Amino acid sequence: MANAHPRLRELTYTLYRIFRNPSAIIGFTLLLFFVGVAVLAPVLAPPKYAHNPYQMPHKGFSPTPKAPNEKAIFGTTSGQYDIYYGVVWGTRTAFKIGLFVVIISGFVGVGLGAISGYYGGWIDEFLMRVTDIMWAIPTLVLAMAIVVAFGRGLDKVMIALALIQWRWYVRVTRSEILTLRDQEFVQAARIMGVSDLKIILRHILPNAIYPVLIMASMDMGSMVITASFMSFVGLGSPKGYADWGQMVALARNYIVGPPDDPLRFWYTIAIPGACIILFVLAWNLIGDALRDAFDPKLRRR
Amino acid sequence: MHTFILRRFFFLTFVLFGVSVLLFGILMTFSPERRAAAYVTTPQQAKDIPRIIKQFGLDDPFYIQYVRWIKEVSRGNLGWSLVAARPVGEAFWRYFPITLEMNLYAAPIVIFLGIWLGSISGIHRDSWIDHSTRIFAIIGWSLPTFLFALVLLMVFYGYFHLFSPGVLSDELAMSIINHPEQYTAYTGMLTIDGLLNGRPDIALNALHHLVLPITTYVIVVVALNMRVMRSGIIEELSKDYVLTARAKGADRRTIHYKHARRNALLPVITVAGQLVAMSMEGSIAVEVVYNRQGIGWWLAESATQLDMPVLMCICLFMGLVFVVTNLTIDILYATIDPRIRLN
Repeated sequence: MANAHPRLRELTYTLYRIFRNPSAIIGFTLLLFFVGVAVLAPVLAPPKYAHNPYQMPHKGFSPTPKAPNEKAIFGTTSGQYDIYYGVVWGTRTAFKIGLFVVIISGFVGVGLGAISGYYGGWIDEFLMRVTDIMWAIPTLVLAMAIVVAFGRGLDKVMIALALIQWRWYVRVTRSEILTLRDQEFVQAARIMGVSDLKIILRHILPNAIYPVLIMASMDMGSMVITASFMSFVGLGSPKGYADWGQMVALARNYIVGPPDDPLRFWYTIAIPGACIILFVLAWNLIGDALRDAFDPKLRRR
Repeated sequence: MHTFILRRFFFLTFVLFGVSVLLFGILMTFSPERRAAAYVTTPQQAKDIPRIIKQFGLDDPFYIQYVRWIKEVSRGNLGWSLVAARPVGEAFWRYFPITLEMNLYAAPIVIFLGIWLGSISGIHRDSWIDHSTRIFAIIGWSLPTFLFALVLLMVFYGYFHLFSPGVLSDELAMSIINHPEQYTAYTGMLTIDGLLNGRPDIALNALHHLVLPITTYVIVVVALNMRVMRSGIIEELSKDYVLTARAKGADRRTIHYKHARRNALLPVITVAGQLVAMSMEGSIAVEVVYNRQGIGWWLAESATQLDMPVLMCICLFMGLVFVVTNLTIDILYATIDPRIRLN
């Protein structure tokens, strides 16, 4: 191991640091579980409508939820939608939302941040001022305005969030690159005539990527929270779509049961709610562990 | 220091201008026909859409329309709110006190609890206190506000009957409506107006209705403050001046609370802007779930009815809040940090 490539050695050490941390182990286990559910969704809950598996099947239209029974193991929510089916396919929806927003905004943000930090000058000035303007409005509020302009729907929510969230990645990448830009190894590469693109891709970005990864991990969770809230108020997925936020919205009128049994419909909110919380928790725990592992101040202590 | 603040002031004015252009850009993605529909009040007028487009110049170039719009906005004309059934500007001042009231109570709790928990967590690093506060923080960070609010409502309203949603109990609200001459809305904030009108029962009842919203909000928002404070303390305690202080035998409490904590407070001030943004987002969820008719509730209702003027108004307001908080932070920073103050 001692003669291994330095990058490999560093990676092994990083992995060792990450998996020494109990929160990382919990986080990755939860994540693995959700990935399993998302991948195996067609097996776990065979779709009733082959052309649109995200549509939750429902037997009847009664608004009163039904408790878990042998036909529906998690019970049915308002409108008789099957909770088990919705939760399983909702896992796919959550990954779709998170990955779409994080990948698009991450690429856009890292790209713009790299250009801005590496070249400086008026490009930097211009990009930074645009980012500053984007920062002035909270994510949720701006996302709502964009969704209203484009029209309702889960796809619009995802696009709106991707249009906003890149601002984080620009700032993080740029500040990382500013500290790397003038270091000797970059100057050496420049003197040897390496092209700008290659310097950025090969020499600078690999060193600046860790804060971006931490941010991306945290964002996977927070984007799912924001999207599910927008579904909850009725701006996201249409009724009956397998989406955790939508399922919480369906349960909203049943949080308080009849006077003799006020918690009768607990399952309508607890099951999809637990899914959202555990999904977000998984990503946050991973992000936290990555932060501890990559922080150079804490790394070798 | 004066030039620093002046420079920041110009910069923030620019941000506000940029925000208004951005918002107007979003509005312009609507077709002229759709924007004309906002001026239609009767079925007869619906036939006159092309005339309305001409009359209000809805197909003029971007900058002409922008200048016209910004003139109207600066005169206080922000359009019509469907949800409130009155002009947006007027409706804003009806909803704003409810949100302000909640934030006024929650802010000190968030700030002091965050600083306190963060510092004990940092001082007792890797002890059980540290681990439990960190777990508390990461769970708070992962809780969606709306979900947490629903669960609290389910338990404390549904099961224990301790608290109820809304801003005031029905009997008291009716007593205000039936005897408007006995009650003057000085500020619009019920806890303060109740006392000013000599009605402590209203003030107490309003406070009672604030317990759940504030609890929700504090638990979700406090994590940020705590985390920043914790890492600030850890960083300060590893510095040489702390070592010197320890070497000369200074009291542990003095080192922790006088030296380290004061220095660690600076980064907390830096994230105050982010904290304000988070609390605005938190207000939306809390108000929707607890049925409190404030700005956040109004925003969510208007969004579901695709009522663009309200969204524009609230976005502009957010921009203004951002600018004011950042200017305050800059001034605070400049007064506290001698490196900036003496420059």
